[in-house]
Order: sequence, then structure tokens, then C-alpha cells
Amino acid sequence: MNTDPGPKSALREFAANLLQAPRRVYETMCRSGVPHTDRTRSTFVFGNVFLHLHTARTHRWSLRWSTTWGLGILSASAFLITLVTGVLLMFYYKPYPDVAYQSIKDIHFVVPTGRFIRNVHRWAANGMVVGVFLHMARVFFTAAYRKPREFNWLIGMGLFVVTLGLSFTGYLLPWDQLAYWAITIGANIAQSPREITDALNLTGAFDIGGLQKELLLGSDVVGEESLIRFYLLHVMLLPLALGVLLAVHFWRIRKDGGLAQPDDADQRLGPLPGDAYPVFTEAPQKTYQLAAVVKGRTPAVGSGPENTVPSMPHLFYAELGVFMLTLLICLGLAIWIDAPLKELANPAVPENPAKAPWYFLGLQECVSFSAFMGGMGIPLLVIIGLGLIPYLDRETSGTGDWFGGAGGGRLVTFSTVFGLATVVAVEAVAIHFGWLREWFPHIPQLIITFINPGTIVATVYALYSLAVVRRFNSIRAGALGLFTCFLCGFIVLTLIGTYFRGPNWAFYWSPAEWPMH
Amino acid sequence: MKTHPDGVRSRLASEPVTRRDFLGMAAIGAAAAALGLVTLGMLRLPKAAVLSSPSKKYRVTLPASLAAGQAFVPPGRAVALFRDAEGVYAVSLTCTHLGCIVKSQADGFECPCHGSRFALDGTVRKGPAPRALAWYQVSGRDGNYIVNESATVPVGTRWQA
Repeated sequence: MNTDPGPKSALREFAANLLQAPRRVYETMCRSGVPHTDRTRSTFVFGNVFLHLHTARTHRWSLRWSTTWGLGILSASAFLITLVTGVLLMFYYKPYPDVAYQSIKDIHFVVPTGRFIRNVHRWAANGMVVGVFLHMARVFFTAAYRKPREFNWLIGMGLFVVTLGLSFTGYLLPWDQLAYWAITIGANIAQSPREITDALNLTGAFDIGGLQKELLLGSDVVGEESLIRFYLLHVMLLPLALGVLLAVHFWRIRKDGGLAQPDDADQRLGPLPGDAYPVFTEAPQKTYQLAAVVKGRTPAVGSGPENTVPSMPHLFYAELGVFMLTLLICLGLAIWIDAPLKELANPAVPENPAKAPWYFLGLQECVSFSAFMGGMGIPLLVIIGLGLIPYLDRETSGTGDWFGGAGGGRLVTFSTVFGLATVVAVEAVAIHFGWLREWFPHIPQLIITFINPGTIVATVYALYSLAVVRRFNSIRAGALGLFTCFLCGFIVLTLIGTYFRGPNWAFYWSPAEWPMH
Repeated sequence: MKTHPDGVRSRLASEPVTRRDFLGMAAIGAAAAALGLVTLGMLRLPKAAVLSSPSKKYRVTLPASLAAGQAFVPPGRAVALFRDAEGVYAVSLTCTHLGCIVKSQADGFECPCHGSRFALDGTVRKGPAPRALAWYQVSGRDGNYIVNESATVPVGTRWQA
């Protein structure tokens, strides 16, 4: 029958191939097909460039809500949302003084869905900052930074700094009064090492503060050069840095053996629940030659790893759930509350009170006593201290448990009380009785620069932490005490800066008491 | 060097550096050094050679009715000019703390951002400001004066035409 290979059958084949093409494109794109066996569920993960940042199988401990509360994925989801909405805003935003303000106004009032997208961008950015803070606290309190995850903690610190940088640079772009004066203050904080070089009479020869400000602003005042610089940082350099760090952060979770877990996690979890996909339904057919060249213990040949489930679907559905929740929160807030836009920037009249975004208001509270220590010295010490944590605490007990390690929950409770009492007491003195210059009008500037209420609080916290190290004979206990105090100090200072500071940065119990002006 | 019992080099032992490898590494090193030096040179790029900020030297006309000790702020400038019996002087209105514009008041200057207070001659009275407000060079005559913000003068220096 088929002995006639004429041109007609090639044509027919052509037509058939054409019909089959869409299905084949799909098949060649998703190489492993629908993941319904253990092997295809694995290839689904490691055959995909994006998903293979995860392991193919996930330990059940990592999937418990209380292990992570989904905070890392929440931060990453918020970043994705800012990325998408940010690119959409770039369609209409023009980074030039005054024009920038008009373009934001256009986005707010004229561009279809513009206001909504800007609101989502703003709320996702706020959510990202909150998420990163909480995620850091979670990793600290579960002691998940320990070996072999020390360096990933440092990458996390980098992500924290870049996140704050993204928020700070984004703050200038609307070019309204809020933006202009917040960035003026920020740039002058960068210049604040001058307080020290001035006091030592070195500014003429070595003006590091002036250089920092000039590099940041591209000028000596906030102007067109500054706006272009902040725009470049905000839409290009910092998102790129964040994306790269984020990929490394995820990848290292995989390479460090998944999330941290207690030694007895398997016993505590108990047997697999019925609805979980069982482990290794098919006999493994791989050889283990790799065992000769990879570091570490020989893989357990012939027996599947205990208590893991395929990442597809268990992990990915959970992550998708967190993403949807983040999106829902951002959309909800965006419908409910608009992103602020004040009057056009006016370099002659400062906003009063001129407030930075809320997460910088704790710093601004410190800065209101002396710029260098409050704005650079203390933050730098805090960041160095946080970065050193995994290299100082080399203990092993309590890894993977909330408030694990010596002292535990009771120590954290006591430290919370101590931390709150210290910062409230010092601030109460500073607010009620004034600070050094009111007491000793001729005091040298160098003393005012260094002895800031923030410095006192930080010193008390450090001494307290050393006492805790001695009392419990454990470095982890000291770290628990210090980190808890640091959180308390941060929260109290932020609250004071946000709710209790009015015009001229004076203390008011409520904005209703602000003087009219 | 780790060796196998029968004399074969172990796969885990590091390999000796051959001449070819050495030359290759030297080339890569030289390229990296060159690239590094070029990058170092280009680090000057973000430091602008010319600042885009408005001119620091400008003309101001003082109103004839300006009373002694009363501040005159030229529009769009962060400077206050005063005239008294001894002459004319200009005090910077940029707070030395974090760069906000201070308000001129009867008894001195007040900063809205963090509550610094300055006396009439610009010295710090209260708050976090690290330095006194700067006095700028003034010259000119008959109500027309030139203020030069890039030249500061000692506190108390007045211009008498």
C-alpha cells in the first residue's frame, strides 16, 4: 500500500505536523510532562531554571508554619510585586525636578489605573521592609544562622541594607516636600563625619563627609543631578544587586541542606500523614559515583531520605499561598489607603516636621541629638554586630527551635522588659530634662557628637548582654539578650519618632497638641 | 602528594601546575590587574567636576526701610541680611545639623527639623547643631550688595561701604 512516497504524503505530514505543533511546543518546553510520579515531580524541579533554586524534596520540618511563618517568601513576593508595578510606573515617570512631580500627579489623577499601581508599589515596598525585619528576627530567634548557614546570614544582611536603600532612593522620586526634605536630611547624615573632622580640624585635608554627600547627590544640594542618581539607583543598580543577592540567598539555602531544624525533628514530626506523597515509591536506579568526588558523608545508598516530601507540590503550593496572601494584602491596602503626595518640593521652606519613612524614624530620633552618632555610628555598629552573630555564637544546642539555646523564652521575656525600660527611661530623661547642651552650654562639640541617648542605650544593652553571657555561661544567651533589646530599642524609638514628635521635633502626646502655624 | 597504593595519583590530590597553566594564569592575572587599574581610574566618574547648584555669588538689593536688626531674606536664597549702625552682614540660614532652613526670629534662629536654636550672631544655643551658622562675605554700596556664599567671614565682620 505505502509504496508510493509521493510529494502528496510529505504535504500531508506537513499538515499533520502543523496541527501537532502547539502540543509539541508545550511538550518540549515542559520536558517531564505532568508531575505525577516521584521521578517526574523531581525533574519538574531540577529541570526548571527557576525552580531548581529549591531542592527536589523538602523536609517536613521546613513546611511547618511555625518554622518560618513564610516571612522570607513574603519578602521575596513583595519584591516581585514592587518589580512589576515599578516597571509599569516607569512608563510615565520622568526623572527631572518639577517635571517628576507633575508626572507623579499625572500617574495619580490621569493615567488609567495609575493611582492603584502606585499605591500597590508603595504598600509592597512597605511590606517588603516589614517582611525583611521579621524574617531576620525569625532566623535569629530560631538560631538558624548557625553552621553551615553563617554566610547566608551575611547575604541576608546585604539584602536588608539593599532593601532599605531601595526605599530611601524611591522616597525622593515624587519630588514633593516630603521627598525633598527627607533626602536633604539623609544626604546631610552622609556628610555628618564632618562633625568629627571639624572638631579635629581635619576637614580641609580629609573631608570624607563632604565627599560622601557629593557622591550621593552629584552636587552640594538636592537637585537634578541627585534625582537622576537616585532614579538610577532605584530602578537599576539596587534592584540588580537585590536580584543577584536573592538568587544566591535561595541557592545557599539549598546548598546548606535546607532550613535549619532541631536534631530530633524526625521524632517530633512523627510518621508521614496519609495525604503526603510517600518517599521513593520506585526503587532508585542511579549509581553513586559522585560520592567519590563530593565533600561530606556518603549518601545513604538504597534508602530514601526520611521525612521529606516532594517540593512539587508541597513546598510550591505553600509558597504560592504566601505569594497570594502578600498580593492580597497589598491590593487591599492599595484600595483602602492612597500613597501620599504633598506639595511640590520647595528648597526654601522645610516641611515641618520633616519626617523620613517610618522605618527610619528611629534613626531620626537618634539623629535629633547628634547627626554622626545617631545617623552613622550607631547604625554601623548595629549592622556590624548583627553580621558577627553567627561567628561569635558557635554553640549547637537549640538550633531550629524558637528562642532555642541557653536561657530560652524566659531570657527573651526578661530582655524585652529590660530593653523597653532602658530605652524608655533614657528617652524620658532626654525629652523631659533636655540633653547635654542644655545642662553644660560650653561643652565641647565632640562630646555632644558621641554621647547621644542612642549611644547610652546601645552601651547599656551591650553591658547587659555581657552580663547575660556570664550569668548563663553561654554566648547564645548573650546574643538572645542583645538582639531582643535591639528590637525593643528600635520599636520604641520608631514609635516616638512616628507618633510623638511634632513641629521643631518637639515632643507632643498627640498631633492634636501641635501648634498652629 | 596523596598516591594510590599502586602508584597512581589519587583523583582527590591537587594537580601540579604545568608551564602552560602557569602562563595562562599569568595572562589572566595581568588582564585582571589592567581591568582593576582602569576601574580604579574611572571611580572618579561619579564625582562631578562642576556642580549644578545655583551660583554662590549674587546681587541683593536691600530695601531702604529695613530696620536695624531686622532680617531680609532674598527670594529663593537661604541667607538673611541685616543692617545696623556698623554695616551690613549676611548670616547663612542653612542649619549646620542636617541642612534644613532655619527661621529668623526676634531672638535668633530656630530650625524646624530637629529644634536647634541659634543666637542672633549664629552661635548654637540649643539642640544638635554642631557649628554656628556661617557668616558670608558681603560687598557693595547704596543698598546694592553682593553676597558670596563660597567665602565665609569671622562672626561679627560687617561690611561698611
